[in-house]
Amino acid sequence: MQRKHIVIGTVAVSALVVAAGCASLPSSAELDAQALAMHKASFSERGIAKMDRLDQDLGQKACSSAIPPSPDVAKRIEAEALASIKWPADGKYIGDWREGEKLAQNGRGMSWAERSADPSGNGGSCYNCHQIGKQELSFGNIGPSLYNYGKLRGVKDMADPAAAPIIQYTWGKIWNSKAYAACSDMPRFGHARLLNEDQIRDAMALLLDPKSPVNQ
Amino acid sequence: MKIVLIASALLLTLTAGAQTKSTADGIAEYRKMLEDGNPAELYEAKGAALWKRPRGPKNVSLERCDLGLGPGVVKGAWVQMPRWFADTKRVQDLESRLLTCMETLQGFNAAEIAKTSFDRGEQETIEALAAWISSESRGQKFALPQGHAEERRFYELGKRAFFFRGGPMDFSCASCHGVDGKRVRLQDLPNLTKNPGDGIGFAAWPAYRVSSGNLWTMQRRLNDCYRQQRFPFPGYASDVTVALGVYMGVNAKGAESIAPALKR
Repeated sequence: MQRKHIVIGTVAVSALVVAAGCASLPSSAELDAQALAMHKASFSERGIAKMDRLDQDLGQKACSSAIPPSPDVAKRIEAEALASIKWPADGKYIGDWREGEKLAQNGRGMSWAERSADPSGNGGSCYNCHQIGKQELSFGNIGPSLYNYGKLRGVKDMADPAAAPIIQYTWGKIWNSKAYAACSDMPRFGHARLLNEDQIRDAMALLLDPKSPVNQ
Repeated sequence: MKIVLIASALLLTLTAGAQTKSTADGIAEYRKMLEDGNPAELYEAKGAALWKRPRGPKNVSLERCDLGLGPGVVKGAWVQMPRWFADTKRVQDLESRLLTCMETLQGFNAAEIAKTSFDRGEQETIEALAAWISSESRGQKFALPQGHAEERRFYELGKRAFFFRGGPMDFSCASCHGVDGKRVRLQDLPNLTKNPGDGIGFAAWPAYRVSSGNLWTMQRRLNDCYRQQRFPFPGYASDVTVALGVYMGVNAKGAESIAPALKR
């Protein structure tokens, strides 16, 4: 199967060589189409990583360039993302911060090397990109520091109605980060089924529970 | 034994360094310690011998293989690849080109080798050859040709591949390698949209990886990037991998190659 892909790819490129013989480049739109065809010809499915992972939705497509999308498109991406957020039916937003810390440390999940795409086997990979607990020195910096996340936002009592907006925003951000920034680098953990609701509750607790080490 | 020692040395350097200096400093120090003992040298020696040895169904050596500078010219070839090859009418990176030479000169089946897992069969041959061929350009600066229209087209396709977001995590190459000063955990991420500096990024592969205890070619490096991007499986020497090589290599113009390097 892989071999077939390589052969097809070679034929496609060879056919284009004739057209490319003269010195000018194809138009930008033609190159976009060629790049898409190149992706389809170059990849093949393996394990849980199927070819539909290359099918881009509006946001993925619009954020696939060094140039950000127009404000209109960005607004549409954010509006659709916001509408996609599934809020907890029972109104329960907070789980166990200890489990949340384990998730934040765990970078497994969704690659072709994994046996299952079920979220229960996935981690959140949070430390890959964020500082979170002060005791963990090995943290990335692609995302902002989340140390003292709840404390800095004045969350002293999670049942206090004053804490509701930040709790809801945090749920939404984890569920679908693109609701608040169209081209956010952060995965859409709920929307893309990377984590289940219980796991998101645990991650929420890590960030917001006043007892979590993050808020000490 | 040597590898265990190396791994413990790295661990010690990292642990000791955690409080007082960055991991990057620790790794640099560790590299310095091993400067005369990069295990990649074993691969280089093996590759040099394999180049000259008659092999394959035709029992011929690779000494007439053209890596872009004429048949048999190895010095300087690595820092000018991927490039256009008139005989295959394709833009090829080193590994794609070695497949061509192994098929046309030696009679191997290139498609079979492309399907073979890393570290197995003739893939091992390519790993050793890549180590030796890249070492023959050590200290030279990257200067990929962009004279042919196909080379320029592949740069444009590579740029699009670099920024292509997909998969369940919405990642592209640019998610990690699009700006300066970023890290995943403690691993520094080179900005590959420009020349990230001598011996960094494109100018550091192939490399011996201490964490896996073997030599990784650029194809294997890209394959593992795509695994972490949660993409489907990139074909070995497929167009998307070659196009990314053109994009990164052209951007790295002027960067000094230290390959085969030593990596964590």
